[in-house]
Amino acid sequence: MIANKDPFPVFEVLESGALTTIQDLGRFGCQKYGVPFSGAMDDFSLKVANLLVGNDSNAAALEITGLGPKLKVLNDTGVALSGADFNAALDESPFRGWRLVRVRKGSIICIKEARRGFRGYLAVTGGIEVPEVLGSKSTYLTGKMGGLDGRSLRKGDIINSSSPEVSQVRMPLRFLPEEYVPVFSSRVEVRIIMGPQDDCFDDEGIKTFLNSWYVVSLNSDRTAYRLTGPKIAHRQKADIITDAIPQGAIQVPGDGQPIVMMADRPTTGGYAKIACVIAPDILKIAQLKPQDEVRFRKIGIDEAHEFLKDKETELTRIRKVLEAQATVLTRKKYQVRVGDEVYQVQVEEIPDE
Amino acid sequence: MKTEKAVAGDRALFLNFANRISPQINRKVHLLASFIEKEKGEGILEIVPTYRSLCIYYDPLRLTLKDLKTALDQIEHELERAKKTPPARVLEIPVVYGGEYGSDLGFVASSSGLSEEEVIQIHSGRDYLIYMCGFSPGFSYLGGLDERIATPRLKTPRVRVPAGSVGIAEEQTGIYPLESAGGWRLIGRTPLKLFDPYRDPPIPFVPGDYFRFIPISEEEYQKKLEKVRRGDYKILIHDSQQGSFSCI
Repeated sequence: MIANKDPFPVFEVLESGALTTIQDLGRFGCQKYGVPFSGAMDDFSLKVANLLVGNDSNAAALEITGLGPKLKVLNDTGVALSGADFNAALDESPFRGWRLVRVRKGSIICIKEARRGFRGYLAVTGGIEVPEVLGSKSTYLTGKMGGLDGRSLRKGDIINSSSPEVSQVRMPLRFLPEEYVPVFSSRVEVRIIMGPQDDCFDDEGIKTFLNSWYVVSLNSDRTAYRLTGPKIAHRQKADIITDAIPQGAIQVPGDGQPIVMMADRPTTGGYAKIACVIAPDILKIAQLKPQDEVRFRKIGIDEAHEFLKDKETELTRIRKVLEAQATVLTRKKYQVRVGDEVYQVQVEEIPDE
Repeated sequence: MKTEKAVAGDRALFLNFANRISPQINRKVHLLASFIEKEKGEGILEIVPTYRSLCIYYDPLRLTLKDLKTALDQIEHELERAKKTPPARVLEIPVVYGGEYGSDLGFVASSSGLSEEEVIQIHSGRDYLIYMCGFSPGFSYLGGLDERIATPRLKTPRVRVPAGSVGIAEEQTGIYPLESAGGWRLIGRTPLKLFDPYRDPPIPFVPGDYFRFIPISEEEYQKKLEKVRRGDYKILIHDSQQGSFSCI
């Protein structure tokens, strides 16, 4: 669906925001070369933003962190903002999230601070066009690869999409129904699976880990979320013989303060991993900002795999809901009186089967 | 030797060998990794071999943990019957030692009570096993530094270490594949590009190979650097069993 044809300029960056990068779902198969996944920290929000503008769910979009960018629209296109709830404007009107929005050449999109959650995604029809590096468009900041020369957006950058798909832009209505919109909280419980090195911790240490609230430190980024709170005691030492670090792994160095390893993590490391955050909950961490709080709830591996299936089923359902919306040609509302009762009726015109 | 399996979250499984760093154990890790790479069916996404472990990333929506474990047991069983291990390769890494290319060579020499010339001789006098690739793009964990030239890290890391820098940190030696910050004592620099995301594969070695550092002059360094930039530099490779040379 994403044509890699003529680049089509869509935005000029007027202000970069706190940290805005280009991300798709990530770079896979390269950890054996020391290259992490990178990709969207909140994969669900990226996928939905892409579906809203009619893209493949893996298309590249802007990942916005805390404070968003100010963008000048260079060509008519469709955009969708997802993830955190931002104070955002399109010219003089509020710019609402989780829906397809048509933008006109010359308009200004101004995404200000996140009110709930921390990371947002701005998808554009056709997907953002940058060269693929090792099979992905994702920006890997410390490895200086992917996205725009491996860096975050700067004032003056021009962002291209692949050729616009006009039919998508014409789509009148596409929004994520309320019941699917995630609500991000600044105090979250995150589900984990113990191990692979929980035997490096004594019972007291594990009890502390599972029963305490931990605060997100300022020193958290796309590589890792550093947490502070009650010290987690090791049995003997914190160091292991260096091995792989899966995404979501929780390392505990000698100071007893847990570190959740995220998208841009080093692929290997030498601190004991007490537990790993399950895949569907990694985005809950990604949506935390400094000073927010998290605690961990232990679940079993079979249960975790059920949650993973549920998340997949939810996405399939969302995809169907959005596809159904795309086929609505017109929508009219009527009031109908039957006896003493008044009903609100909505009539949708759909194409012939 | 049978591995121990440990769940690492909902999408990864560790296979652990004995809890030691040893060339023998590490060889088994890489052999098992190559077997799994060859045989991997639907659902195994990637494999990361390290000193004494293999991390298998899998997709539980396509492959259940139970089936993954059964498949791995089967592969391990086959591995036990297969006695042949692939020959180790030795890659020649040209290095210009000292001067602006290795500004800590003098420090390493004086703190080990040796001359700079002796440090170079010792450092380039043996082959180093590449135990694993990880941490950052193209970074290799090498074994076997002579303890006479072991030197502590800088107290304050440098903000910028050029790509190709060869350094020492305690009893480790290694190469910085990309420009980065770093606290290793720098003794030299190689003109080779040890990581290039536009090359397939992006690293010129596989874990289990050996590096042999070859001292070169500044002039040779510049010449080789030019060749590397033009993309027509061939790395010299020795095949340990046949004693032959090849180039990549």
